[in-house]
Amino acid sequence: MSRRDISLTVNGKALSGAAEPRMTLLDFLRDVLGLSGTHMGCEHGVCGACTVIHEGQPVRSCLMLAVQAERQSIETIEGLAGEDGSLSVLQDAFRDAHGLQCGYCTPGMLMSAEALLRENTSPTDENIREAIGGNICRCTGYTQIIDSIRLAAERLRETSS
Amino acid sequence: MSTPESHGSNYHQISRKRRIVEDKRFVTGQGKYVQDVPLPNLKHAAVLPSPYPRARIKSINAEAALALEGVIGVVTGAEIAEHVTPLYHGIDLPNVRWYPLANEMARYAGEWVAVVVAEDRFIAEDALDLIEVDYEPLDPVVDPEKALNDPSALVHPDHGTNLIFEGNFTWGPVEGDFAAADHNLSFRVRWGRSSTVPIETFGVQAQWEPGIDTLNVWASIQMPNYQEQIATALGLPTSSVRVLQDVDVGGSYGVKRGVKHTVMVGYLSRKYGVPVRFIEDRLNNMSGGDNHGPDRIFYSDVAFNDDGVITSLKIKAIDDCGAYPGRGPFQLGKPIAAIVGPYRINSVQYNPISVTTNKSGQVPVRGMGQGPTNFMIESAVDHVARHLDLDRIEVRRRNFIRADEFPYENPSGTKYDSGDYHTVMDKALELASYDDLVKRRDEVRASGKLAGIGVGACLEPSGGNNMFEYLFNPKLEISTFMEGCQVRVDATGQIVGTMATTTSGQGHETLVATIVGEDLERDPDDIRVVHADSLSGLPTRSPIASRMAVMLGGAASGAAKKIKDKLLAIAAHNLEKPVSELDYEGGDIFDRADPSRKLTWSQLVHIAYRQYHNLPEGMEPGLQAIHVEQVPLGGQLPDENNKVQLYPCFSFQAHIPFVEIDPGTGKVIVHDYIIAHDCGTVINPDIVRGMIIGGVAHGIGAALYEKFAYGEDGQFLSGTFVDYVMPSVFEVPYVKDAEHCTPSPLTSHGQKGSGEGGYLGAPAAMASAVNDALQPLGLTINELPMRMTDIENLLNGS
Repeated sequence: MSRRDISLTVNGKALSGAAEPRMTLLDFLRDVLGLSGTHMGCEHGVCGACTVIHEGQPVRSCLMLAVQAERQSIETIEGLAGEDGSLSVLQDAFRDAHGLQCGYCTPGMLMSAEALLRENTSPTDENIREAIGGNICRCTGYTQIIDSIRLAAERLRETSS
Repeated sequence: MSTPESHGSNYHQISRKRRIVEDKRFVTGQGKYVQDVPLPNLKHAAVLPSPYPRARIKSINAEAALALEGVIGVVTGAEIAEHVTPLYHGIDLPNVRWYPLANEMARYAGEWVAVVVAEDRFIAEDALDLIEVDYEPLDPVVDPEKALNDPSALVHPDHGTNLIFEGNFTWGPVEGDFAAADHNLSFRVRWGRSSTVPIETFGVQAQWEPGIDTLNVWASIQMPNYQEQIATALGLPTSSVRVLQDVDVGGSYGVKRGVKHTVMVGYLSRKYGVPVRFIEDRLNNMSGGDNHGPDRIFYSDVAFNDDGVITSLKIKAIDDCGAYPGRGPFQLGKPIAAIVGPYRINSVQYNPISVTTNKSGQVPVRGMGQGPTNFMIESAVDHVARHLDLDRIEVRRRNFIRADEFPYENPSGTKYDSGDYHTVMDKALELASYDDLVKRRDEVRASGKLAGIGVGACLEPSGGNNMFEYLFNPKLEISTFMEGCQVRVDATGQIVGTMATTTSGQGHETLVATIVGEDLERDPDDIRVVHADSLSGLPTRSPIASRMAVMLGGAASGAAKKIKDKLLAIAAHNLEKPVSELDYEGGDIFDRADPSRKLTWSQLVHIAYRQYHNLPEGMEPGLQAIHVEQVPLGGQLPDENNKVQLYPCFSFQAHIPFVEIDPGTGKVIVHDYIIAHDCGTVINPDIVRGMIIGGVAHGIGAALYEKFAYGEDGQFLSGTFVDYVMPSVFEVPYVKDAEHCTPSPLTSHGQKGSGEGGYLGAPAAMASAVNDALQPLGLTINELPMRMTDIENLLNGS
């Protein structure tokens, strides 16, 4: 099957690669652009492991084709930390409150939480549940994930005040 | 949230809040899972599933597939069967032949019958569509009880029966206890076919290196004797199979056992001379991965007195292990470790039966069968309470083993190490504000709705002394389930711990670093922990059986102590004082009589590595130690009465969920979940809390949602996450937990296992809650999962 060249912005950088029209954005990020932080879980849009931020909104990269991302902005887990490798407030909070175990759902979970906290640094628990309601975690039972997002929000509020 | 202070231990590192070393790579997207390990010239495999649950494979035509550009080869089950030996079952089953691909007969819908290797996964999947298989469909074997009693069809004709295993065990005076009891009652409960379903499917890649006769394997694995099983099936010496263990595993909870997948890609890599990767897609995983959990029907009788004291149990357990048993039937054996749960039940009769059907095969799931058994035991207690109109908590209190009775030997010969079940239950009730909870329940009921409080207790056997294997197969005369760890202090004083297995979220690197740091009084954050590969590695039984805190922890501690002893011997020689007159502090060693005479950590390391002339005569230079931990209390085969010490350590949990049921739809809403737990000394509070609560969520799933359903025609009905429903954050409440610590007298620091208890207790507690909610209607439900439609049907009387 013929390939098409796709140019897009990933984590603020202009990147391009070739993909068949049937290739998902998930596979494109992982296999063509070499960004393996985004994970494949179910490939049918339920588990949320592959969540990335597309034009500011969290989306499942397994339900989007790479060609649909042409000239668009995508953010992945690789873009959260600082240039010097320092953890973002959200990443650090997940580490501090151990909001993960095996780490496999974590990139998707973080991207969903990132999208929430950009909009709202004072989320209620209900807001947090809404934000990660499409991300399945089999390890934690979510309690420490909620702790982590609460902690990140608190620290973001402290920084901004 | 747990705080460091709440653990109150005397340790400097253990039980203290400490960031988990593994988390850094995961929050930055730098975990290295099998799909993230690049290999040059890597090829990709895809598998063709059988559409029929039971069918003879008459022929396979792969010509068109082979003609597709980019296809490297197609391999069928018949070819594989010629070149590999059948895969290992725990039970001795010479005529139940299990291969990576179906040979001659497909035995379940979804079983893989052929595999394509191609330049990429897209091409491999395109080629699958071009393979023509001529099947002769046969009537499938679906219902396990029917398969057993009326074997009109045989899953494995050469085996001659659908019965895979039956055991008859009697421990203690069962008939006498039944005759003497004031009451007895019979009940049936069923545990549905579910599993842990990690978000990462199973994946493996293999690379045959002919120049060194070595098969390199990277896999998302959690499996004992993995290297041995691959080597045996492929006809290689184990010294030619190198399993790389520094692969992050994206969740397992028992099920990542992909021996068949690995043997398949190992064969392909050798045949085609290229590295081959196979990553299950979700449907491969759900329908054909041979990774379903127990599917169990219990018929039980319980004998008890007027005061609610239970004296004896008779248990018949029929388990549907699917088409390929693997280690699955052993899941009827492990529960013997806690066959009476936390209760002082005097005698037990146990009749475990494993039966084969046309469904995907079985693997060990979190707790290895203890979850279903605990659900049955807790159901028995609730039945007794209901029968006598006694309070469920009071009946439990009357039957709990008392704190002053440990070590307590249960009827099957296992001694429970320690515990204080009454106190832990009290802590759960206190955290739940139980009296207020009862008021809340009654208020909800008064408003015309259904509400219930669950009560569940459970034991979590930990440490993994798998002597039940011998009870199920006397050829397995195995009495050690050891674990090794190496600690090395390098020439600059840096410490590296080496473990022998993969890890799948349990934080083993943090475990080893914390324990070594504690024992050597060095900062755990400066201790590196690596995973040896299977050729350079250490004896291991893999991270199963809630055993790593006990066994890897014990091994790490043992190795650290050997290092410390060596440092003390070096210091004694150089300070010219006996060890008994020296003090070790933070890695430095002092003359107790004159602390100005000392050798620092750096000086001691320097002597060990650079100054042979200052070492005691005959001492090996360098600073490294290996310790292989034997399971505490292990080492003995069962006696003539089949009594044996199974797992050494027993954690305890008390669960209190509060639920509401929508009377219109049958939907269960879990409003509150309270758990109190005692796993002895907690090594890392955040890790323990996470695993306990994660286990609860998993148990809520098994209780309310998760089921691998098959139709009466044997077709698989749960191939997506829309059909196999797992709890999201909306289905799991913010779990409140309380801790209690009864140290184990058997382990290095008093620790016990904690990875399973949440899951072992939650389904029973959820069933208790739902049944409490249904009680005003005079209804009960005895089958898991209790899905919305099941409850709706019950409420509608259909």
